[in-house]
Amino acid sequence: MGTRNEALVPLGFSQRFRQQKSNLGWLFFAVCTALLLSIPVVTVLYSVTLPTSDIWAHLRSTVLADYALNSLVLAVGVCLGTSLIGITTAWLCSAYSFPGRKLFSWTLLLPLAFPPYIIAYTYTGMLDFAGPVQTSLRTIFDWEYGDYWFPEIRSIVGATIMISLVLYPYVYLLLRTAFSEQSSSLREASHMFGVGSYKTLFTIILPMARPALVAGLTLVVMETLADYGTVHYFGVPTFTTGILRTWFGLGDRVAATQLASLLLLCVFAVILAERYSRKAVRYQNPAKVQKGWRYPLSGTKAIAAIVICSLPVLLGFVVPALQLGAWTLRTAPEIIDYSFLTLIINTVQLAVIVTLIIITASAVLAYGKRVGTHFSIPYTVNLSSMGYAVPGVIIAVGVLLPFAWLDNTLDAWLQQNLGISSGLILTGTLISLAFAHVVRFMAIGLNSVDASLAKIHRSIDDAAQLLGRKTFERFASIHLPMIRGGILTAALLVFVEVTKELPATLVLRPFDFNTLAVRTYELASDERLADASSSALLIVAISVLPILILNRSIIQSGVVHGAQT
Amino acid sequence: MAPRLEVRNVSLKLHNKNTLQNVSLQLEPGCIASILGPSGCGKTTLLRALAGFQPVASGEIYVHERLFSKARFTLAPEKRHISMMFQDLALFPHLTVRQNICFGLKSLSESDQRARARAVLELIELEHKGEKYPHQLSSGQQQRVALARALAPKPEILLLDEPFSNLDPDLREQVATGVRKILKHENVTAILVTHDQNEAFAMADEIGVMAGGRIEQWDSAYNIYHRPKTRFVADFIGLGSMLPATVLDAHTLDTEFGRMQGHLDPSFACGEEVDLLVRPDDLPHDDSSPITALVEEKRFRGAEFLYKLRLQSGNSVLCYASSHHDHQIGEPIGIKLDIEHLVIFTRQSPLSPGDSP
Repeated sequence: MGTRNEALVPLGFSQRFRQQKSNLGWLFFAVCTALLLSIPVVTVLYSVTLPTSDIWAHLRSTVLADYALNSLVLAVGVCLGTSLIGITTAWLCSAYSFPGRKLFSWTLLLPLAFPPYIIAYTYTGMLDFAGPVQTSLRTIFDWEYGDYWFPEIRSIVGATIMISLVLYPYVYLLLRTAFSEQSSSLREASHMFGVGSYKTLFTIILPMARPALVAGLTLVVMETLADYGTVHYFGVPTFTTGILRTWFGLGDRVAATQLASLLLLCVFAVILAERYSRKAVRYQNPAKVQKGWRYPLSGTKAIAAIVICSLPVLLGFVVPALQLGAWTLRTAPEIIDYSFLTLIINTVQLAVIVTLIIITASAVLAYGKRVGTHFSIPYTVNLSSMGYAVPGVIIAVGVLLPFAWLDNTLDAWLQQNLGISSGLILTGTLISLAFAHVVRFMAIGLNSVDASLAKIHRSIDDAAQLLGRKTFERFASIHLPMIRGGILTAALLVFVEVTKELPATLVLRPFDFNTLAVRTYELASDERLADASSSALLIVAISVLPILILNRSIIQSGVVHGAQT
Repeated sequence: MAPRLEVRNVSLKLHNKNTLQNVSLQLEPGCIASILGPSGCGKTTLLRALAGFQPVASGEIYVHERLFSKARFTLAPEKRHISMMFQDLALFPHLTVRQNICFGLKSLSESDQRARARAVLELIELEHKGEKYPHQLSSGQQQRVALARALAPKPEILLLDEPFSNLDPDLREQVATGVRKILKHENVTAILVTHDQNEAFAMADEIGVMAGGRIEQWDSAYNIYHRPKTRFVADFIGLGSMLPATVLDAHTLDTEFGRMQGHLDPSFACGEEVDLLVRPDDLPHDDSSPITALVEEKRFRGAEFLYKLRLQSGNSVLCYASSHHDHQIGEPIGIKLDIEHLVIFTRQSPLSPGDSP
């Protein structure tokens, strides 16, 4: 996130004059890591060059337009929805003071804890014919089936609302940070010229925060395009569902991969657009940030603000969480048994493996970036963190294809030469599953570790070196203890993301290996929504943790920032 | 005795710019030197080359006659046994004061480490703060801990990179004098890099003034001030102004204050038009003097006034007067030229009285 820690540290001479030889061993590791992690994306892009099959003609004449159109409508709709909620709440919480503002400023982040598919299941259960809402309506008004019209949540509109409800915190969070970095004297200056509050928001505040808004919406679009659980459950055919349908339903792996490359190009286009918009506009805040003053609201205005801020929290977190809780209370005795424990163990096992790999690799890469100067370093680091932009479905497809080929080649070679069969070493085991997650979430670890390291002034490294410590000794005795907090945060974030991730796990899990997310999906797909609630609630509970930490660290960095300026 | 540090014709480029050009210097054991210069003059680069963070393009660096750096060879910083006190102190925040100090002592036994830590803590008068963390100390105490940490391993050379720049200007000289006392007590060979001449004067036995990657003059503080060898040094150190003069013979200058006798640089020919360096303390205010000048500007400095005066020729000079002599702007006051060292430079376009730091 765009906290400006680098601004806190004066650019020392050390940074400018750094010229040291790169460690060759490290360089080798970095390049290998980067190449390994780029396998899925390269595979998917490479598939474009393969000859197209008949299925393509079929896809083009039937569903391709639907996939593209639905993905586009969904992305635009979710952008509108998240902007509406995100801008309003961020502005209210930054510019005004009203009862409960402090509470809202962090509870507004809570919906992030809901993966889109879980909130979709929950609302479906609540709003369908047998659900509590329609049942109450029928009881109150004495209606029968067919007497009344009720909106169908299993539609593209429903999907848009569901996804918006849990993704708006990205927009809210980045805008809130951007607003807090804006000087309140700008707002005051605008008021002095007789410009009203709303006009000031749309003519001064929001245009200045445009980079943050665009960054937030980019995250939103990426998550929306990556979503599989919601659109699959709602029966909205998009790229992600299309890819898996082509792969498993039609059995054409090449066509599925080519479809994935189309989606990947869309994602790259979004990222390029964001980069371009950032380059085109360079707003500069006044150097000295005047902080703090919020316009107090009272009476009906305060009530309106409270209602506006509480709606997203209630609809995006409290109501679905309560519903999940109610279902869990009812179904837990049957659901929570030995197999449920296995689910937890499997999930934790996968998450821990992935987290350990990511943290170790991140530490090596980030520290290597710090001590090395080889020209290739930025590329290796960027290549390693590319996976975060790539939807899980694409990574799954991009992992499965080359790994299956490797497995088959190895097996064939062994059978021919040694007469033994290796079976499926990569694709049938945790290896491919863990690898896909590492690719997908490497960026989280790398960015966190890198950001923590960046806070350590270079003279610390120089001091330790002059006091006789070699490269690795410095890392072990100085950097590692100093970035412990950052590493723990990174580990937690990765852990949670792995726990939530659905499509990659769904595709790559070994036979008979189930995680909480997959089990939730399976039960929900079987229309056993109440039974799915225990695992869903557990996922949400785990996901709340990093939000609390994230919020705290942003508030702290805000304090530091304020103290420095 | 062989010099502790010898730098021979070191040059290096950074970002395609000549950052150091043929820098040479020698330091005797126990000597405290200061590299003084404006920012961007290459003084920090020189320090980093000495520490081994910066490879040199040509020339050599020797410590105790051992080769430390030459083209395509740089002894690793951790093997140089050189210590450094950093501008931002660079104390390890997760270690206690004692652990910070012992960080460079890993080659010693536990008990030796403890003894040495106790000794340096005593030296900086923080015996009871060993178990504190850096953030629990005042900035002055942190400063001393950074010094103690750098001194603990008994380095061949101690480098100080503007370590006092974060201190209050009033405090700087006092701290610098205190540090000097400690360095002398430990008989440390040290180089201080700074842009603050008062700091350099308070600390150093020898001063090197640097500009544009070259050492302009390497000398004692007294000579740097009174016998600057280049116009840059004259301008950079202290206040002063240039007065047009003519060389009459090897010992005589003609100025608008009359003839001046003294030792002149023999490279100037008779009849040559030159500029004479005039420090404010060379021009005492004297009400009885027949020569008067008009007050153009004045600055109250407590014990004295610094006047900027316009001479009859139109040239401006600076002059100190005791603060009892409060004259108005535009008023004529009497001055005389009482100059001990005749420092002259080839004539240049008129130089306004320096407001150098």
